[in-house]
Amino acid sequence: MVADYRKPLPNPLHREASRPFWEAAKRHELLMPRCRLCDRLFFYPREVCPICLRSEIDWQPVSGRGRLHSYTVIHQPANPAFREDAPYVYALVQLDEGPRMISNLVECPLHAVQIDMPLIAIYDDVTPEVTLVKFRPAG
Amino acid sequence: MTLRGKAAIVGIGELPTRRSYPGRSLEGLCAEAARLAIEDAGLRKEDVDGLIVDGTNMTPAAMAEYLGMRPNFATGVSMQGATGATSTAVAASAINARLCHTALIVMGAARDATGGGPPRPGAGRGSINTEFEQPFGPAAGAGTGYALIYRRHMHEYGTTPEQMAKLAVDERFNALANPNAAFQGQPITIDDVLNSRYINEPLHMLECVMPSAGAAACIVTTAERAKSLPNRPVYVLGAGIEQGNAAIWQTPRITVTPARVSAARALAMAGYRPQDMQFAEFYDCYTILVAITLEDAGFVKKGEIGPFYQNTDTTYKGDFPINTDGGQISGGQPGLAGGFRHVIEAARQIMGRAGPRQVRRNDLCMVNG
Ligand SMILES: [Zn+2]
Repeated sequence: MVADYRKPLPNPLHREASRPFWEAAKRHELLMPRCRLCDRLFFYPREVCPICLRSEIDWQPVSGRGRLHSYTVIHQPANPAFREDAPYVYALVQLDEGPRMISNLVECPLHAVQIDMPLIAIYDDVTPEVTLVKFRPAG
Repeated sequence: MTLRGKAAIVGIGELPTRRSYPGRSLEGLCAEAARLAIEDAGLRKEDVDGLIVDGTNMTPAAMAEYLGMRPNFATGVSMQGATGATSTAVAASAINARLCHTALIVMGAARDATGGGPPRPGAGRGSINTEFEQPFGPAAGAGTGYALIYRRHMHEYGTTPEQMAKLAVDERFNALANPNAAFQGQPITIDDVLNSRYINEPLHMLECVMPSAGAAACIVTTAERAKSLPNRPVYVLGAGIEQGNAAIWQTPRITVTPARVSAARALAMAGYRPQDMQFAEFYDCYTILVAITLEDAGFVKKGEIGPFYQNTDTTYKGDFPINTDGGQISGGQPGLAGGFRHVIEAARQIMGRAGPRQVRRNDLCMVNG
C-alpha cells in the first residue's frame, strides 16, 4: 500500500452499477455482472444487460484466470504520475469466462511478454479504499 | 431511393494546417474556411440553406449565428474522426430529401487558449475511460487502443513495424507536395520512423497524428445545380456507416473495424467493387488504422496490408495513391477537420485541382472516416 498514491483512482461511469465490482476487488475477489435472463456475463457494469436491456443482474465470481489478448508497452504516459513506472505493460485481458478487461501485466519482464500468455489476477491495494485488479503470468 | 449521384461537392475551402493559430478562434477559422468554400463554389452565402458542423465542439446555432445565416437545415455531427465523412453523407441525404438545397459543412480547431469555445461536455463526469482505463496508465494521445490493435495484428498476420513505417514514409512524401500540410520540406525514411521514440510500443512517434490547428469546409448541392457551377462536380455515389465501439477493448475482434460493413454498404449503393477505386483517402490517426481499414474495405485480403505497403507505391505518383495530401500523420490534425480533410482532398483530386500532387486517374475515390 502506498501512502501517497498520486495516480488516478477509478472515477465510475455509474457508481451504483459498479459498486459490487469494486467492493469485491477490495476483498480480493473478481466478480462479473451476469444477466439472469440471458445467462451471460458482461463487462463493464451497466444498469441493464447489453443484450436484452433488462435489469435482472446478479454478480458471479470468476476464476481470475485469463489470457493476454493484446498489450502495449507504455513509454509516454498521459498522466505524469505513471512516468517513474515507464516502460510498463498496459494489457487487454481476455478472462477465461468471456469478458475482457483493461489492466496492467505485472511481475513479468518485458522480454517475456507474449500474446495469449496465461494470466492470473492479483489485487493491488493502492489506497485503503481502492483495490485495482492487475494480472501476472500464471503458473 | 439511394444517394447515388443525387448530390455533389461543388466547392472546397481549407486553411493551412499549422501547429496553432495564435489569437484566432475556432469560430473565426471556421468562418474563413466557409467563405473560401462558398466562393470556390461560385455561390453567395444567401445560396446556402443548410449547415452541418462538428457537433462535439460547437452547436449549429452558434455557428449559424456567427456566420449570419438562418439555414433551413442544420445539425451537428458527433462521430469523432468520422465526423467529416458522415457529415458529407448527411448533407447528401438532407439534399436528397429536399430538407435543404445547398449545404455548408465546416469544422476546425484553433488551439489557442484565448480563442474561447465551450468546455468539453461531460468533463469531470465518470466514464468507462476514467473508471476502467485511466487507473492503468494509458499513453498520451489516443494511441493506446490502436497499439493494442497493432500488436494483435502483428501476432495474427505477421505485420511488421517496417511495413507500417513505409505507410508513414509515403504519406510524408505526399505532404511535401501539399502547401497546406503541417510538415513541410522534411522527407523521412523507414529508419527515421523506426528510430523515432515510442509513445506506446509498437507505435512510434512518426506513426501518430500531431494535434494541430486549421479549418476546412465544403459545399454540397443538388446534382442539377452542380452542373451550372464552375467546378467539376464531385458526385456522392454511395455512403455507408457502421457505428463501432467507443472503447477498442470492447470490440469483439480488435483487428476488424467498422469499415468492413460501411465500405461494403457504400460500394453496394454506388455499384462498384473495391478494385474499381482509383485512389483512396482513409482516416489516419495512426498507421495501423489506415492499414486495417484498407483491409476491411476490401482493397487487400485481411492480414495482407503489410506486404501491400511493402510492395506498393502509395504516393500520388504511385499505382494506388493513398492519402495524397499527406493525411493527418504528415498533414496534421486540426481537430475534426483532420478527418474531414480526407473528403476535401478527394474532392480536390476529382476536380483536378491538386497541382503537383494531382493523381492521373481521378474519377473514383473511396473516403473513410
Ligand atoms: Zn440479458
